[in-house]
Amino acid sequence: MGNKQTIFTPEQLDAYQDNPFRQRIAEVFSESGDGNMTLDDFLDMFSVLSEMAPRDLKAYYAFKIYDFNNDDYICKSDLEKTVNKLTRNELTPEEVSLACEKVIYEADLDNDGKLSLEDFQHMIIRAPDFLSTFHIRI
Amino acid sequence: MAVLELSLLRYVKLFSKDLALINDDTMLHFFGKRIEVNNEEDSAAENQENDRGVDKERKRAKPRTRRGHGRGRARHGGEEDGDDEDGTRRAGQRRQRNRRGRGRAGNEGSDSEGDPTKARKNQANQKSKEDDEQEEDEKGGKSGKGKNEKKQDKKVDKKGKKEKANKKKKDKKKSGSGSGSDSEEEPITEEELAKLKEEVEEKKKLIATLRNKPWKMKKKLSVLKYEAQLFVEKFEGALGKGKGKKFYAYKVMMTKKWMKFQRDFENFKTACIPWEMKIKEIESHFGSSVASYFIFLRWMYGINMILFGLTFGLVMIPEALMGKPYGSLPRKTVPRAEEATAMNFATLWDFSGFAQYSVLFYGYYNNQRTIGWLKFRMPLSYFLVGVGTIGYSFMIVIRTMARNANEEGGGDDTSFNFSWKMFTSWDYLIGNPETADNKFASITTSFKEAIVEEQESRKEENIHLTRFLRVLANFLALCTLAGSGYLIFFVVRRSQKFALEGLENYGWWERNEVNMVMSLLGMFCPTLFDVISSLENYHPRIALRWQLGRIFALFLGNLYTFIIALMDEINLKLEEEKIVKYNMTIWEASLYNGTIPENSTAPPIQVDPADVPRGPCWETMVGQEFVRLTVSDTMTTYITILIGDFLRAVFVRFFNYCWCWDLEYGFPSYSEFDISGNVLGLIFNQGMIWMGSFYAPCLPAINVFRLHTSMYLQCWAVMCCNVPQERVFKASRSNNFYMAMLLFILFLSTLPAVYTIVSIPPSFDCGPFSGKTRMFEVISETLEHDFPSWFGKVFGYASNPGLILPFILLMVLSIYYLNATSKSYKEANLELKKKLQSMRQKKKEIVK
Repeated sequence: MGNKQTIFTPEQLDAYQDNPFRQRIAEVFSESGDGNMTLDDFLDMFSVLSEMAPRDLKAYYAFKIYDFNNDDYICKSDLEKTVNKLTRNELTPEEVSLACEKVIYEADLDNDGKLSLEDFQHMIIRAPDFLSTFHIRI
Repeated sequence: MAVLELSLLRYVKLFSKDLALINDDTMLHFFGKRIEVNNEEDSAAENQENDRGVDKERKRAKPRTRRGHGRGRARHGGEEDGDDEDGTRRAGQRRQRNRRGRGRAGNEGSDSEGDPTKARKNQANQKSKEDDEQEEDEKGGKSGKGKNEKKQDKKVDKKGKKEKANKKKKDKKKSGSGSGSDSEEEPITEEELAKLKEEVEEKKKLIATLRNKPWKMKKKLSVLKYEAQLFVEKFEGALGKGKGKKFYAYKVMMTKKWMKFQRDFENFKTACIPWEMKIKEIESHFGSSVASYFIFLRWMYGINMILFGLTFGLVMIPEALMGKPYGSLPRKTVPRAEEATAMNFATLWDFSGFAQYSVLFYGYYNNQRTIGWLKFRMPLSYFLVGVGTIGYSFMIVIRTMARNANEEGGGDDTSFNFSWKMFTSWDYLIGNPETADNKFASITTSFKEAIVEEQESRKEENIHLTRFLRVLANFLALCTLAGSGYLIFFVVRRSQKFALEGLENYGWWERNEVNMVMSLLGMFCPTLFDVISSLENYHPRIALRWQLGRIFALFLGNLYTFIIALMDEINLKLEEEKIVKYNMTIWEASLYNGTIPENSTAPPIQVDPADVPRGPCWETMVGQEFVRLTVSDTMTTYITILIGDFLRAVFVRFFNYCWCWDLEYGFPSYSEFDISGNVLGLIFNQGMIWMGSFYAPCLPAINVFRLHTSMYLQCWAVMCCNVPQERVFKASRSNNFYMAMLLFILFLSTLPAVYTIVSIPPSFDCGPFSGKTRMFEVISETLEHDFPSWFGKVFGYASNPGLILPFILLMVLSIYYLNATSKSYKEANLELKKKLQSMRQKKKEIVK
């Protein structure tokens, strides 16, 4: 009705999809792991990303989102993928690897070269803006 | 009622605070009918109360999953059957016992959380089906419905839920199924009440922690339903107070509305900050150091607005409204000689002609003690506004410095710098493509800045070589500064000599020598300093500070020449005054030429004010100089931006195709934003304003206009023609370095103004202080006339040196004491930080 466009071309749709982690979010919250969500999964996602969700819960799901290869550890390749998604590949490879090394140096407590859930939680709990950025307002 | 819609509503109500704003009207809108969707507990309660029979049967059919229930029921099975058959008043009591039993069983049931999810799912679906039937039954419009509906409007938060649930249970008990209503009036013993409360607390805890568990939604909901049911059963037994319910509902609604209002107000306040989006955009693309210039500019704009308000409201407007109009006094009229050119654009641009003889400048103001019917004390106001602008500026600069120092001292936890940048920098709330672009750019810039910091800290330094180089660089810089200082001094000397001998004898170069030398120095010395600083190999932020400091010293020379020139002109005018005074007596005598003898009083001859010979007005001249300087400064900046940045960018972009070498990467390439030049320009400009606003009240207004246009022009120019620097570095969080320079300039600018106020006599023929020997005498005059006599005495005593000196001593002592305490606090702060750091290290090692 009226002038509102209701059918979008793929290019137009792309313009609405800015979140670099959109694919990962869909994968994490879908029961089947392929990105398709049932209503329950959908609600789960909004529940975790809402204002009221507690920090620990958000940290748990954030860890899953950033773990690209689903091996329950955030390893260097996961970190590199994250940085590249965040900066849209604008950093040079040296800069990327420097950043990843620093992250592992800072957050890895058990010295295995990758971040486990405990390391991640220990680090993210102290972050001042974690709650405000990892949050979708409906 | 579709299962899907109902479950959806329930789920979202439970877990999303915002969505719980869904009330009856929302439901009407979405579902086309009013839905009596109560909380889980409510429906569960109704379930329990009215359809228990159905429940029991179904539950008995699934003994595996409802072990607890089944057991409980089996235990009290006999009793219950008996109860049902009875349907007497005592049914309620027995029901309580049953429920308590079931509750205990429920506790065991809660341990059986390891049950397969599927069974729970079935249970959940079953429940919802039961609830459906429940809803339909209840639509029969029971008496308690009204109250229920009211409660549905409330926010479902944790606490409220429990309390409401309690109250609702109690309410429902009262208004619920007819069979139950009578029996609930029976009193319960204290112990039973206490036990119930205990169990309720346990249930509450369970429900509260349910949110934190990272389970799938289905699991959470089924557990919740299960717990909620039991919870409700528990509470059914206790009597509650029905009073205060309405008030509570009202209170909750008001709280909800208040929170929404607060959030909207915060959004509004943020939206009111001018130019915030522009600055954020620049920050994303160019880094925080470039953005710090614009933030500084915005802050200056605020100060200038206040100064403008003071001068405009308290000096210009009263004079314009209540003072004598143009043309009534000699000082307010354009002299006959200048009348012909008074309205020309060239004259107006030069701020002579009509512009000079208006409220814009000092000379227009009359020295009447009070003007208008309000008896507004114009000279006093003029003086106080002049002092007040300086005082206000001091206060605000120091306050900002103090606040920034506080923030800096707070310190940031840098132990997880990169990790936080990586995992918390993306804002999931962004839904706009442009904002997302900015955010990507800002994240990239922030990473680059952090990497620069890291690289700087990792740099290996050959200490001796670096020190030697730095000493060398400083020596060179000092030489340059000394050389330029001497050059300026020499040139000014020469120009004074020329002026004495009459400027007509010399050519263009001699006449404009000072200006030319200043401009040339201003063009070449900063580049020289830039080259020198590459020797020093500092962190970019520190290098910027050195650069700023050196150029600042250079521009002080600029200031020096300007002041000297002004002082010379003032002295000239003062000399002229004596001559003019003498001439005026002659002229007056010639008016009365031969008509009346000298000593008798005569009616004053009407002479057109334009024809009266005028005394020189050095204050207006000073004001005009400042205004001209500001205007020419503005023009120079704008033209430099347009030519230096814009035309250069156009040239590089469009001629790149037909040029031998790559214009974009080689010479000239796109320009970078010159932070130091712009910041210093801003600071010196403000210094001029402070110096000149006493003599030209229009100056703050001109500056406000200038800053406003400058903001837009520079924002556009930066985004359009400049490229970010190679090494983007993070600006220091506070602007304290800029503030310190500003404070220094403010101090320097007050000196000339104060000197002229205190030691130079005001012109006899213009301005609000004409006729007095010193400008500050207006204060004593006010004390005499306007204050009661004892005030004057008190003031006299207070200004006694015997009182002033001890007061100064006291202030010095208190400054010393406060300094000492602040030092000790800083040290304590550092110690604590170190302790924290070492504790964290220990923790890390322990975990390892």
